[in-house]
Amino acid sequence: MRIKTISRSVDEFTRERSQDLQRVFHNFDPSLRPMEKAVEYQRALTAAKLEKIFARPFVGAMDGHRDGISCMAKNPNYLKGIFSASMDGDIRLWDIATSRRTVCQFPGHLGAVRGLTVSTDGNVLVSCGTDCNVRLWSVPRPSLEDSDLSSEKSTEVVHSICGLYLQECVILSFTSRAVDHQFEGDLFATAGAQLDIWNHNRSQPVQSFTSGSHSVISVRFNPGEPDILATSSGDNHISIYDIRMSSAARKILMRTKTNSIAWNPMEPMNFTAANEDGNCYSFDGRKNEEAKCVHKDHVSAVMDIDFSPTGREFVTGSYDRSVRIFPYNGGHSREIYHTKRMQRVFCVKYSSDATYVISGSDDTNLRLWKAKASEQLGVILPREQKKHEYNEAVKNRYKHLPEIKRIVRHRHLPKPIYKAKAESRAMNDAKRRKDDRRKAHSAPGTVVTESHRTRRIIKEVE
Amino acid sequence: MTMEVALEDNNLMEKVLPPDEQEIDVELEAKEKKYLRGEGANLETLKDKKLKTQLASREKLYGKSAKAAAKIEKWLLPASAGYLETDGLEKTWRVKQTDIAKEVDILSSRNQYDIVLPDFGPYKLDFTASGRHMLAGGRKGHLALVDMMSMNLIKEIQVRETVRDVAFLHNDQFFAAAQKKYSYIYARDGTELHCLKERGPVARLRFLKNHFLLASVNKIGQLHYQDVTYGDMVASIRTGKGRTDVMEVNPYNGVVALGHSGGTVTMWKPTSQAPLVQMQCHPGPVSSVAFHPNGHLMATSGKERKLKIWDLRKFEEVQTIHGFHAKTLSFSQKGLLAAGTGSFVQVLGDSSGDYSRYMSHSMVKGYQIEKVMFRPYEDVLGIGHSMGWSSVLIPGSGEPNFDSWVANPFETTKQRREKEVHLLLDKLPPETIMLDPSKIGAMRPSRRKERPTRGEIEAEKEVAVEAAKGVELKKKTKGRNKPSKRTKKKKELVENVKKTFPEQEQGAAGKKRRIGEDAAADLPSSLKRFARKN
Repeated sequence: MRIKTISRSVDEFTRERSQDLQRVFHNFDPSLRPMEKAVEYQRALTAAKLEKIFARPFVGAMDGHRDGISCMAKNPNYLKGIFSASMDGDIRLWDIATSRRTVCQFPGHLGAVRGLTVSTDGNVLVSCGTDCNVRLWSVPRPSLEDSDLSSEKSTEVVHSICGLYLQECVILSFTSRAVDHQFEGDLFATAGAQLDIWNHNRSQPVQSFTSGSHSVISVRFNPGEPDILATSSGDNHISIYDIRMSSAARKILMRTKTNSIAWNPMEPMNFTAANEDGNCYSFDGRKNEEAKCVHKDHVSAVMDIDFSPTGREFVTGSYDRSVRIFPYNGGHSREIYHTKRMQRVFCVKYSSDATYVISGSDDTNLRLWKAKASEQLGVILPREQKKHEYNEAVKNRYKHLPEIKRIVRHRHLPKPIYKAKAESRAMNDAKRRKDDRRKAHSAPGTVVTESHRTRRIIKEVE
Repeated sequence: MTMEVALEDNNLMEKVLPPDEQEIDVELEAKEKKYLRGEGANLETLKDKKLKTQLASREKLYGKSAKAAAKIEKWLLPASAGYLETDGLEKTWRVKQTDIAKEVDILSSRNQYDIVLPDFGPYKLDFTASGRHMLAGGRKGHLALVDMMSMNLIKEIQVRETVRDVAFLHNDQFFAAAQKKYSYIYARDGTELHCLKERGPVARLRFLKNHFLLASVNKIGQLHYQDVTYGDMVASIRTGKGRTDVMEVNPYNGVVALGHSGGTVTMWKPTSQAPLVQMQCHPGPVSSVAFHPNGHLMATSGKERKLKIWDLRKFEEVQTIHGFHAKTLSFSQKGLLAAGTGSFVQVLGDSSGDYSRYMSHSMVKGYQIEKVMFRPYEDVLGIGHSMGWSSVLIPGSGEPNFDSWVANPFETTKQRREKEVHLLLDKLPPETIMLDPSKIGAMRPSRRKERPTRGEIEAEKEVAVEAAKGVELKKKTKGRNKPSKRTKKKKELVENVKKTFPEQEQGAAGKKRRIGEDAAADLPSSLKRFARKN
């Protein structure tokens, strides 16, 4: 006869000293956990509600410019600083980390500054404006002592400099609309009546591309291939240039003009174009007949777009006074930020650590927002981190069920956007109904519905 | 050449495992099934490619986690289950507790004892979820809270009233006692916290852990559910079946089962006034009901000395055991069934598929067994009887490995407090109590609105016509009250009512011929609706 019973000795199951960690034992058997699905659902509901409670995305506003902000530039080498330029020629470097103050100013432009960019090593700032100037500035190195000193310094700096940082100034014969710097190398491109490629050391452009009668509105170099750049022009074209060739490599003609383009840093063959009709179109650079994805949520023209360094999301700023964050492969935005005081948003940037979003708008303020609205900033304990991850996972598992979906999706929209969306929904429904009926009442095959991905593209050239 | 040969050898090695590893593989697969919790979704019916790839990657993750859990179960669990194996002619049910005491270690033999308290009546027992604390309530008013690990008496009070039932709330800090006129909730140190007057004289008290509901059935046969977190009476249901004191909670889905004197067992949930299920289980009154922890099996015993095992998925009888009238039944975590009659306890086990005798224990003749209950996470059976309470060893009844996050017998104060907060955060609303709890979180298949049948339409029509005929018309004066006009008006009313019901199909001899189905294929799509649908 063999008998064995369960006998647990207390030493095995409790800790020896009070400095030790408590012992934890796991048994993943589902029979020990009755109603686990209901409990999980309850946790998902609680997680969704908690997320909404802690959603405070607005971090702060940076006041200082005297006119609307026209463009911004990120310094790839220095995380805490961002450059911004306004419509009256004022260029400032901000410290966005703790003090949210101007570190130094770069005065000199007489008219609006239209384009701003920083070289990859972080030493040279290029700006171009309506006064037909292209200026190169040297960026002051951040000192080892941090923001306290810089805030003291800023008051001195503002009063004393006078061309202190200016390296060079080139005068063009036309106003330039945009500027962008190559990722590896010394070249930068300015866009205006024609597209010019410049070297830091020369005062004449290295190469020029002319493209018909309309001016080039925006320009962006590819992060992966140093010689490829994408531009958009006023006659609704998106062109992809290779500097080594003499003319455009590809051209896409759309129905409305593209205000800004951004390349996906993780998938450098894809780019997303922010269009005047309120949509963003993601294209595969190699295959341009149809858009990979159409991102629809803005009500008015999309002014600027920037990708997150993870390549998974991008932020857009629009003329309808809102900033939206979209997933790179999804059709609708996951987040919208708006304030009563924020007017038309002209430029947005996603910070290089993928935590913050900076928007520059017409009301002369730069605003700093969190990319994930309910994120806890600062140092997070590993236990807290695990709990956040668990909450995220359990909420994603049940986010399609009605009660939780309603909480997760809910965003307060400002009244003009809400009404405009309702109107556009009604218009689109009516149009779709009429198209369906037209199709049903005509011979099969004569009426073809165009997919959304090709609807706004007229043709591809070359 | 040599490189190719070497590669081939490697491939062969992967495919053919040594025989003992193959056995382990099969074992692991069987365990894996348990952790998969059902079958994966059928992704073939999906047309959306993006969704399909996302769900396919998720299903892969589920497979991986099930594999990992199966491996952990095989290699990392600290303890193994108890067993009682006899060789040859010896039968397991002839093994006595004294024989067992000789074979097991000291710690286990401490779990065999008899506590004799002859003055205070038959004792009812309850254990906390972790099995660490026990509450004993004697009929004559003796309440005792015991820490089973250290065999400490934490608190005993004498309430000087009849106590019919006792129950722990969510942990050992609170317990409820059903006394003569009302039920009371006490704290751990014996302070009376609440008097639950609304329920009246309660016969049975049970606590639903996930929902924080205290369920009770009183002497009139009313079922009460009260949320103990904020005191609201969630439901009071008149069962309509008279007085009963047989009530059990199904731990799998939170449904309360009542056994009635007519032999029916009814199952209730707090959100409906009618029972979920009514089963005719016995020809005579039902003495006791017990649920298997997996939620599929129910054992009932009736006064006609039969014990029946039911499958709750099909509501069919699986097995009948004759011979004794079990006053009290209890299932253990591993599926053993204890039945107490008179002064004799029988433990049945299902190792051979059906429930058969496994062990038995008979007490001194005068001791009438009031309640048997298995202690969680231990191989111990607690017996409350008329002369006190006892505890016997039943090897193989308890779950050897506990999970610290579910129930921890070695809990510290801090852990207990944290757990209480988490339990409250995870408290389920009473609407989640249903027969099949896996439906929560699942999508309901959309149903199209069905057209009412011809018979239904006709019936409705007749009802409306009758109503129209019954309408009394106002009697007009000044020469407008001609009988011909009155009848005309009435006819018009009835005709209007008939018009609101659409005409039924004429049939094959209808005026308008419908286009045949073979001709329908040539029609443009907008005219296809005029083709006759069979």
